[in-house]
Amino acid sequence: MYSFEFEKPSTIADAVAALAAEDAQALGGGQTLIPTLKQRLASPSALVSLSGISEMQGVCVEDDGSVSVGGATTHATVASEAANTYPALAALAGQIGDPAVRNRGTIGGSVANNDPAACYPAGVLGSGATIRTNTREIAADDFFEGMFSTALDDGEIITSVRFPVPQAASYQKFLQPASRFALVGVFLARFADGVRVAVTGASEDGVFRWSEAEQALNTSFSPDALMGLHVNPMNMIADLHGSKDYRAHLVSVMTKRAVAACS
Amino acid sequence: MTQVSMTVNGKSVSGDVEGRTLLSSFLRDHLSLTGTHVGCDTAQCGACVVHVNGEAVKSCNMLALEADGTDVGTIEGQSNADGSLNVIQQAFQDHHGLQCGFCTPGMVMSAAALLKENPRPTEAEIRKYLEGNLCRCTGYHNIVKAIMAASGQDAGSIAAE
Amino acid sequence: MPKDSGIGASSKRREDVRFLTGAGNYTDDINVHGQAYVFFLRSDIAHGRLKSVDTSAAEGMPGVVKVFTGKDFEGVGGMPCGWEVTDKHGAPMQEPPHPILAQGKVRHVGDPIAAVVADSLEQARDAAEAIDVDIEELTAVIDMKAAAQDGSTLVHDDLKNNICYDWQLGETDDAKVDEVFANAAHVTTLDLVNNRLVANPMEPRVAVGEYKRGTDEYTLYTTSQNPHVIRLLMCAFVLGLPEHKVRVVAPDVGGGFGTKIFHYAEEAFCTFAAKACNRPVKWTSSRTEAFMSDAHGRDHVSKIELALDAENNFVGLRTNTYANLGAYLSTFSSSVPTWLHGTLMAGNYKTPVIQVNVKAMFTNTVPVDAYRGAGRPEATFQLERVVDKAARELGVDPIALRRQNFVTQFPYDTPVALTYDTGDYNGTMDKLEAAADLAGFAARRAQSEANGKLRGLGINCYIEACGIAPSNIVGMLGARAGLYDAATVRVNATGSISVMVGAHSHGQGHETAFPQVVADMIGIDESMVEIVHGDTSKIPFGMGTYGSRSLAVCGSAMVKATEKVIEKAKRIAAHLLEASEADIELKDGQFSVAGTDKSVAWGDVTLTAYVPHNYPLEVEPGLEETAFYDPANFTFPAGAYACEVEVDPETGQVSVEKFTAADDFGNIINPMIVDGQVHGGIGQGIGQALLENCAYDENGQLLSASYMDYAMPRADDVPFYGVDHSSQTPCTHNPLGVKGCGEAGAIGSPPAVVNAVLDALNSGGKAVDHIDMPVSPSRVWAAMNG
Repeated sequence: MYSFEFEKPSTIADAVAALAAEDAQALGGGQTLIPTLKQRLASPSALVSLSGISEMQGVCVEDDGSVSVGGATTHATVASEAANTYPALAALAGQIGDPAVRNRGTIGGSVANNDPAACYPAGVLGSGATIRTNTREIAADDFFEGMFSTALDDGEIITSVRFPVPQAASYQKFLQPASRFALVGVFLARFADGVRVAVTGASEDGVFRWSEAEQALNTSFSPDALMGLHVNPMNMIADLHGSKDYRAHLVSVMTKRAVAACS
Repeated sequence: MTQVSMTVNGKSVSGDVEGRTLLSSFLRDHLSLTGTHVGCDTAQCGACVVHVNGEAVKSCNMLALEADGTDVGTIEGQSNADGSLNVIQQAFQDHHGLQCGFCTPGMVMSAAALLKENPRPTEAEIRKYLEGNLCRCTGYHNIVKAIMAASGQDAGSIAAE
Repeated sequence: MPKDSGIGASSKRREDVRFLTGAGNYTDDINVHGQAYVFFLRSDIAHGRLKSVDTSAAEGMPGVVKVFTGKDFEGVGGMPCGWEVTDKHGAPMQEPPHPILAQGKVRHVGDPIAAVVADSLEQARDAAEAIDVDIEELTAVIDMKAAAQDGSTLVHDDLKNNICYDWQLGETDDAKVDEVFANAAHVTTLDLVNNRLVANPMEPRVAVGEYKRGTDEYTLYTTSQNPHVIRLLMCAFVLGLPEHKVRVVAPDVGGGFGTKIFHYAEEAFCTFAAKACNRPVKWTSSRTEAFMSDAHGRDHVSKIELALDAENNFVGLRTNTYANLGAYLSTFSSSVPTWLHGTLMAGNYKTPVIQVNVKAMFTNTVPVDAYRGAGRPEATFQLERVVDKAARELGVDPIALRRQNFVTQFPYDTPVALTYDTGDYNGTMDKLEAAADLAGFAARRAQSEANGKLRGLGINCYIEACGIAPSNIVGMLGARAGLYDAATVRVNATGSISVMVGAHSHGQGHETAFPQVVADMIGIDESMVEIVHGDTSKIPFGMGTYGSRSLAVCGSAMVKATEKVIEKAKRIAAHLLEASEADIELKDGQFSVAGTDKSVAWGDVTLTAYVPHNYPLEVEPGLEETAFYDPANFTFPAGAYACEVEVDPETGQVSVEKFTAADDFGNIINPMIVDGQVHGGIGQGIGQALLENCAYDENGQLLSASYMDYAMPRADDVPFYGVDHSSQTPCTHNPLGVKGCGEAGAIGSPPAVVNAVLDALNSGGKAVDHIDMPVSPSRVWAAMNG
């Protein structure tokens, strides 16, 4: 790692101030950032840890029934604290990495990083969640801008993510066998006003909504409604672990399984 | 350099570290607690697992300064007060749950975290929980068996002996 | 009743206590006062000509002690190869130089260009980034078959081509082989790949070099399976140092699996630099660095043809293999595709005519050398896949076809240079059929099918040649070393025993199992015996641990030395008991005179040896003996494995549901440890079959360069394994009757897994002949939909 200063503010305001320094970078749980730093692929002047900010911790239910997750909340905390209020989201959090990673990794860090194979972007987009930052609220549909790219400005901090709770939801993850990120992951949420299907791991553009599947499921919510529907393999990722065609196929299979799990 | 202080295996310790100093480096290089091992640089092998405030974390993937003020447990603090092996350690020896010993500290620490959260895990739950701990020697058979035994389950009943 | 101590007892491992309490002493735990750290600047391109390496900026950076490049090693030897293979035309293999730091060219991603020694590792790395390297990039030679073509870019400019050797074993008359195939009733042909693997012991490699100016002595602490071999190679071939001035210590080593046999440039560098810098120098490999600097394993591309007569007897076998050796010859790389591979092509079968052809290739990839099994898994995979394919083509039961062709008379001279001393392949298969409950398979398949899954059963037989081997024979075959081992049994005055052994334990449990033998021979408690290993200043010259040889070779030396000790102790006892030496018996630690109640205890005799007041004048005081043991033959462990898998027809995901191994290891010292060795081998074999894949792109970039892309088997990728080793035909030529068990699981499991997957797919109506390893979901799905 290159040398950097370390700061651990206890309020959002102090964190924002610290992040105003040139090349300062926010540190969530560090489960992706620290390996990146070890490879010397990043050279921040300072890391501003968000783990000491109590107002960014924990899971709560808001007045409108939505579930709000503090930006510095660990995956393990979501897996346990959201288990009753938003079980599919808790299940997703419980499938990220491994237990030790889940004890450090945070929702804010994952969502801000927008790894194309990460689980949380599918949960956030599939739920139609709202990303709250120190300056504004951003709808999930406007937040994810392609692989490792988001609508966040420099120095902007995800303070919480607000999830409307669907009638039913399921996250179906097919593991990439080495990293255990998603080779393909599908988060499906059924709301009174329609179905949302978000896919991670598969596309070179990062997480995306599979609108054809959503339309079909809005017409008939059953696995059979997806018969004959396929994402375009051209836009899929091809690597050691799966071809474009295979990933496209898995998107269909995982989506069907998610529907079955919600039926 | 910044001073960091924490409790490690029940003892207060402190030291001067850089921002980039990892918790694993602080334990190994500053405190000479070399039982915590480093086997990869992508947070996957789990040889470095320690407990921070009672939770399993990968110490090679956490900055030492993030552990300031915490209560850290390492493999060196796992034995019983009289120095004898604790239940998990003893089960690993009894069931040959280790060979080269390099992944073992992380395995024991993960097993302890698992059993705290789930005192009688099934075989499948154990295997799933060990997702973040790689072992290259044992094929995991005897590790899983040892953890079942440590949780008071009859490891002898495993059909495929 | 199982024994509770001595030979045959599952004694708990004494070494576990330190490993379980964090008190192990691994090489990275060793810090020498005043040490500096080295960072190697490694090539990020696969093939290029070094035009300049400018270190001037780096030399002035904070903390930098010294910067080294290839020029600093021009007068120094390169990394040696320990086995000269002679090609089929009688010419020696092409043997290019392998400098410690690159000279003239870089030849693989990871090839070290420069080394910076600094006060801290981060300073060394900072300075390495300031080194200005100008490389003219050349075409990377990656594909083995293309590399063999005339006109291919040369990996080594001074060689005539990229072929290290074109080697043949077995029938030399091509016309005779052709005739066998022409006359065959059936020929089964298979093209297959044995996937490139990275051994990945959980402990990355580490080296700490130390030099004491006052005494002109060096110490190298290193993660090695064989410290004496490292000392010999480094002193005699690389650095030109006298061995008595060099101590090599391999302390607790966190797994080896072959990849820590070899002498590596980093070891020689740290030893050299310790003197050049007048400071201890430490190198700790990161895992990322390990992927591009540890020798890789396997990587063969083969065509195998099996000829059968009308009664389904195997009448001929022909193989053509390309073996990737990587950019340089690693220590034993040349022996792996030849004498450790071709010789095993007979397998468990009495095929009368066999011809094995191997072209070994230089490519712009990391050197390839022995990995658990080393050549024998590659042979077994080819043979057992083609036998399985033949059974499917002929519509016969794969077990019956194997049984029909088993070797049943011993000793058996194979057409590929080996003599199997003993075995009982039908008996072992009987054990497998019972242990694996093959009778219940149909019901298990029906259950899987009811759950929407395909279920397959895969059978595999293997034989391996272990305990390598008579030095005079291996010398004729090209080995540049002897392959004996040594042990010194030092009895202390009060009767406790230290046994200094040439074998090295890095997970195998020697510290527990070896004392079981010595204690059993004398009749004393195991705790009275301690094993000393891993330090050239303490142990006799032995060849270390690999090839499942520790007990068969070093254990035999230990038995011989113990016999000498007992013989001498009997002379002392005879004197004390005023009896004839011929009448002295040793049992349960008591020397007695046959037919009388006169006896003297072990401890009294050992004390007498060191306090020789009442002592036979013709006997030297003291009680310490050394034996060197050179085996008369290889040992031949053999076994039969069964794997049951489920395949998810929607995703192609394979899960191993049941795995059973029946092995014949001859006699067994510690069944618990033997079980553990088999479990570990199976885990690695399942890894090779389903998960692990070390892949390069066409430019020589390593695609699987970390655990993010190299899929290691995890606990939830494997089931509990069934292990049966009650089939026992003791080795006929070593004193313990042992054969070796370390590699069996890794050799026997990959074909069983792949055969099972193909059985599952065929049971589901998919006529799939073969899928290359790793049999990933993506590949299974493609095969099902191809």
